Amino acid sequence: MPEATKTINIIIIGSGPAGYTAGIYAGRAQLKPLLFTGEEPGGQLSWTTEVENYPGFPDGVQGPELMNKFRDQAEKFGAEIVDAKVEKVDFSARPFKIWSSGKEYQSRAVIIVTGASANWLGLENEKRLKGRGVSSCATCDGFFFRGKDVVVVGGGDVALEDAITLAKVAKSVKIIHRRDCLRASEFMQKRARENEKISFVWNSEVIDVLGDQKVAGVRVKNNQTSEETEIKCDGVFVAIGHHPNTEMFKGQIDLEDRFGYIVLHGGSRTSVEGVFAAGDVADFKYRQAVTAAGMGCMAALDAEKWLESQN
Amino acid sequence: MPEIILTDKNFENEVIKSAIPVLVDFWAPWCGPCQIQGPIIDELAKEAATAKIGKLNVDENQATASKFGVMSIPTLMIFKNGSVFEQMVGVQQKNALKKKMEEAAK
Repeated sequence: MPEATKTINIIIIGSGPAGYTAGIYAGRAQLKPLLFTGEEPGGQLSWTTEVENYPGFPDGVQGPELMNKFRDQAEKFGAEIVDAKVEKVDFSARPFKIWSSGKEYQSRAVIIVTGASANWLGLENEKRLKGRGVSSCATCDGFFFRGKDVVVVGGGDVALEDAITLAKVAKSVKIIHRRDCLRASEFMQKRARENEKISFVWNSEVIDVLGDQKVAGVRVKNNQTSEETEIKCDGVFVAIGHHPNTEMFKGQIDLEDRFGYIVLHGGSRTSVEGVFAAGDVADFKYRQAVTAAGMGCMAALDAEKWLESQN
Repeated sequence: MPEIILTDKNFENEVIKSAIPVLVDFWAPWCGPCQIQGPIIDELAKEAATAKIGKLNVDENQATASKFGVMSIPTLMIFKNGSVFEQMVGVQQKNALKKKMEEAAK
């Protein structure tokens, strides 16, 4: 690990496709970037299994495997990778200050690629029964619901993907969605509709998770009729979108009002000169591995150009 | 000490009858977050010379996983005097685990 007092050219905060790609480009530009992976090296892709839409892999690739390749490639070109979380940043003066594992680092430029994390419903019993039937990772936990009844909460691609994964083992899968139509892509919708085990509960919100030692069901409220019903199930899989991991940057750079995504100006620039952002932390529209990687490349090129202009 | 590969067969002897607390990582090869947790456990086992740490593949050892109600992986449990002292769901960092192990050893 580098000496805490030495000023680094670029610190990259985060390790999804955007972070590692920024690492590859900044590394190749001889900038010796320092990359902090955070608590989940590889980011959201580490939680998935098969990635079918990343170009260059016609037969698909496992998410964790793909991220390991990204990481190897970044390291090969000189990115120094630290498996630790950044706890605090100070962008009020240059060089920027960053703290990790109690140590202070100084950097001339920063690339924020902290990504997004899955949302929970925010119910007390949901929290209590996490790991007892409540889950956000269908690929991890579907195994425990062989021959059981499960529900998936949500209406996007992730919800449908989870439902299809679960239908391979579970007896039945009900998708509970608060609207009367899905947000998911046509392709995923078709796959889900064609699956005999999958059914839909429309216009409904989960208001409680039932069960003493483990999940026994959910209480749902129809938001058109206000009618409340109970659905018996053994598992509840929550797939209701994501929130950007920007807590640490509040008050330091401009975030948009509604969800707190980083606001970008012309490519990858944030409101603070010398601080760049890429990937899901600044993108609520596309949120793909390949777009994140592209944005990570843009951020590294922008940062490189900016550093040159400072000399 | 090096981590122990736990199974339905040796769980009783290695964990339940253990004289010292045991940290158990319930995992499976298909689980992405388990691939993140694995190396953390390896490192912890290397660093903590006196702690007893084991891994249980839930796919191959379903009886034990089901007995302790594991329904999500990774799940980490610390067993002390034959019963569950602490249960954690989802990826846990090394320092947090170290702290919990120290508490269990008291």
